[in-house]
Amino acid sequence: MPTLADTFAALKAKGEKALVLYVTAGDPSLDQLPAILEALVEGGADVIEVGVPFSDPIADGPTIQASSQRALDRGTRPGDVLEAVTKAQPSVPVVLMGYYNTMLRPGLSSFAQRAKAAGVGGVIVCDIILEEADDWVKVSQAAGIDSVFLAAPTSTPERLRAVATNSTGFVYAVSRTGVTGAAQQAGDEVARLVGDLKGMTDTPVCVGFGISKPEHVAAVCQVADGAVIGSWLVDWLAQNWREGQGRADLVAAVKALKAATLA
Amino acid sequence: MSAVLPTSGRFGAFGGRYVPETLVPALDELEATFQTAWASPEFRQEFDTYLREFVGRPTPVTDCRRISALTGYVLSAKREDLNHTGAHKINNALGQALLAMRMGKKRIIAETGAGQHGVATATVCALFGLKCDVYMGEEDCKRQELNVFRMKLLGARVIPVSSGTKTLKDALNEAMRDWVTNVRDTHYIIGTAAGPHPYPAMVREFQSVIGTEARAQYLERHGVVPDVGIACVGGGSNAIGFFYGFLGDQTRLIGVEAGGHGIETGKHAAPLSAGSPGVLHGSYSYLMQDEDGQVMPTESVSAGLDYPGVGAEHSFLKDTGRVEYTAATDDEALKAFRWLAENEGLIPAFESAHAFALLQRPGLFAPGTRILVNLSGRGDKDMERASQILSL
Repeated sequence: MPTLADTFAALKAKGEKALVLYVTAGDPSLDQLPAILEALVEGGADVIEVGVPFSDPIADGPTIQASSQRALDRGTRPGDVLEAVTKAQPSVPVVLMGYYNTMLRPGLSSFAQRAKAAGVGGVIVCDIILEEADDWVKVSQAAGIDSVFLAAPTSTPERLRAVATNSTGFVYAVSRTGVTGAAQQAGDEVARLVGDLKGMTDTPVCVGFGISKPEHVAAVCQVADGAVIGSWLVDWLAQNWREGQGRADLVAAVKALKAATLA
Repeated sequence: MSAVLPTSGRFGAFGGRYVPETLVPALDELEATFQTAWASPEFRQEFDTYLREFVGRPTPVTDCRRISALTGYVLSAKREDLNHTGAHKINNALGQALLAMRMGKKRIIAETGAGQHGVATATVCALFGLKCDVYMGEEDCKRQELNVFRMKLLGARVIPVSSGTKTLKDALNEAMRDWVTNVRDTHYIIGTAAGPHPYPAMVREFQSVIGTEARAQYLERHGVVPDVGIACVGGGSNAIGFFYGFLGDQTRLIGVEAGGHGIETGKHAAPLSAGSPGVLHGSYSYLMQDEDGQVMPTESVSAGLDYPGVGAEHSFLKDTGRVEYTAATDDEALKAFRWLAENEGLIPAFESAHAFALLQRPGLFAPGTRILVNLSGRGDKDMERASQILSL
């Protein structure tokens, strides 16, 4: 898999923005993950976030909560997720997204090394802030994995600067105060947030939370380097993906989203 | 006055802030507001006045003569059950509501397990005219129907939580999500000494009135501090407030967790007795988790102790050895519940009954040992459940 830096550099060279897609590992069942990732890449995904399910996902809205619970009910374990990623080896970077305790439990170093061995390019930890991230930053740097930090609409300028300068791979700009979940409208605070971040760093800035439609993607890509779509896709897969059935529709839907990044 | 909050928000290795970035400015604002208020004589006076005139403090220490005669100990109880709304919870709810008003926040959210914290929060919101939404697990709504009604009567909205295990942990998750979404105009009154910094230290300070009063009252009556202090521990707010009065003394301090069906069955809510450190609800502390770091389901007859985590300072006090932690099973707690009612005319909350359960274990303390137990809440809320379990 290419690195996040290579991917964003290549997109920039082509004048494109990134389509970042999130799927919960284990929902649908983990053995479907390679086929799903392949379909997402065929549709035009540039980066894929693979969610490691956690029992108490405080940053997630109802869709990803329910999805995480289904994945856990199916017996999905972090080690199995890494195995599935190893097997899938998509041609775009994979970023793990999850919560700190599932990384802390096996030991940060062991987690980072196993993730690296699986080909993972970066990690997003929903419940870690820079003040608590020293250990993780050291360990991930040593393992050669990017640490993507989140910037929020409520972050102070000092905090934004810290996030912008410490985030590697990309900076994840949260579009609104709130948890993950599809929204009717993309937030209007986001242009200011992205503008501030881009004035502070050359690291690409992608926007997530509440983005579900091509028009949201197009709006976000006016200012940011990419758009992240999670809940909408999680929902779609839960309703329509049956052992590969629905694949053509999925590819078409992702193509429409990718086209919106170019609009 | 020196800072009461460690700047790192840590108690040894425990505590910290593991939260979405969105919440950090609100936690910073809360910390700053609390620091300023707690150092301000005007705020202290305001807090004390409400504690006296609205809550009914100080609560007495009652000597338990019949159980003393039965056990050979010298037993007394700190009567937090006599607080307005029936438990210690209102000390903290009141303090945080006053802070919320200082921050100009007009909407309050809270989580509740047994409903005591929800009722306390709804009560102070009615007192001050604040909008109040309380998250409560669906399972707990069923277990504590009466408290749901009380909250509604007090003008609060009760939001049943159907995710996860449908108990306190999930109510906390849902309250956190609400706070992340509405952080600009909402204050989250966490009901226990857990959660991200500054909650554990702030809640302890608001609850330390228990230990401060108890020590002075005990000393005045008995001329010495107690040999042993006992309190039940769920998230641990009554215990930390009570223990805080005695940390500098020789008093042996014991926290009693919910042993559920027994520690050996795995069906309990005793992270300090049988868990390991991890991150839940914004803090690094002992936790009931599986080998992948997933939080495990808990089991306890008492909704207020039915929680897989515990306040970070308890983890610190366990590891330093200053406080001992043990667990009492559902059966032991129910036996103590009835024992205290029949022999002292005191009906404890199921939670508080866990603390008294230790006194029934033969030979745990030497005869004549002076023991002070924190009777953290009254059992009115548990009457319906008790009438189903106990055949009288």
